Amino acid sequence: MTHTIKHHLTDALLMAYSAGSLPEAFSLTVAAHISMCDECRARLAAFDTVGGALIEQCEASRMSAGSLDATMALIRAARPEGKPAPRRGGILPAPLQDYIGGDLDAVRWRPVGMGVKQAILPTSKEATARLLYIPAGAAVPDHGHRGTELTLVLQGAFVDEVDRFGPGDIEVANEDLNHTPVADIGADCICLAATDAPLRFRALMPRLAQPFLRI
Amino acid sequence: MYDDATLIDAPAPSPVQRARGMRTQIAGKWSGPAQVTTTKETENDDWVACIAAIRDRQDEAAFARLFGHFAPRIKAFLMRSGADATLAEECAQEVMATLWQKAHLFDPTRASAATWIFTIARNRRIDALRKQKRPEPEDLTWGHEPEPDQADVLALQQESDQLGAAIAALPEKQRELIEKAYFSDLSHSEIAEQTGLPLGTIKSRIRLALDRLRHAMK
Repeated sequence: MTHTIKHHLTDALLMAYSAGSLPEAFSLTVAAHISMCDECRARLAAFDTVGGALIEQCEASRMSAGSLDATMALIRAARPEGKPAPRRGGILPAPLQDYIGGDLDAVRWRPVGMGVKQAILPTSKEATARLLYIPAGAAVPDHGHRGTELTLVLQGAFVDEVDRFGPGDIEVANEDLNHTPVADIGADCICLAATDAPLRFRALMPRLAQPFLRI
Repeated sequence: MYDDATLIDAPAPSPVQRARGMRTQIAGKWSGPAQVTTTKETENDDWVACIAAIRDRQDEAAFARLFGHFAPRIKAFLMRSGADATLAEECAQEVMATLWQKAHLFDPTRASAATWIFTIARNRRIDALRKQKRPEPEDLTWGHEPEPDQADVLALQQESDQLGAAIAALPEKQRELIEKAYFSDLSHSEIAEQTGLPLGTIKSRIRLALDRLRHAMK
């Protein structure tokens, strides 16, 4: 990747991903960013090492009698593990392709107005993950957040009140941020956005539309 | 709640570092192999050899040793996450069976045996207790060498041990919260509800703990 990633995951997100306590939609976004970012991959390895050390230091519970034999029976009954799936290539990182069932051309976009399109990905209900397609130069309506919103740029770039975000960059927004992301004029922008609460649009129309559009 | 400013300003890993297998970077810096050899390292050396013995010759004795050490810990980890004894026992057996089946995927230059086993147990927990999928990052393109460089294995192990010692040495209040974050499957806000501590206190204690760990790794 030629673009240098400038905006990374926070410690809190990496730790929660390593601990396994993030909602699925956030885990997907974190996994997609790490697929594009070697620095965060290395930081995640450090957090996983914390988990390993904690399990090592855990006070052991007694296993039931015969548990080793039972496990050997499980192993004998299982089919041998195949080779891991080869890396797929394509535009989107592999964890996203798993949820879409293909690369970018397999996404089933739904228009949400002003040229913006979205596709909601199937994850557990505590948070929503969706792909957003913002035409070059177009804006996503000004909105605030009740919870946390993660926005990962997959292609193109957007600019908001905070900074410019290019491919691989992730913006972590919370209650304090009202922003109007605008796609870079050069190219259409494709993002993965995850939220754990509905967005609050500040203009009247989008808010009325919100329950119907599920954004 | 996941909005803490990034605390690690790790420089992007050099290609050499990356090729060596993504060492832990909690300190943001990678220090060369240390010289001290402790008993614990010898122990992990053994675990690495045991996993290789399972991979290469389905060695049941090696598996029994790993099982004796790790299965009771996995069970305890799952019980602290909210599983009852029966479910925890069942999952611990499944995690150990997965270890056998995936032995060929273990890369000791990237993770210690305990770290790798933690990731398998965590994924099993997400599946069993939350009935959710766990999206994993794309695999690295360069994959891993069939015969890992022993110096890399040792260096990674020394770092893991150093981190383990630093965690053990954390002040009780900080260590407790780190444990809760990893073991209890709760978000920081949920930990706040459960413990009655203000969210800000939880965040700052965890931040202090991470600072200490980073300092210890320098």
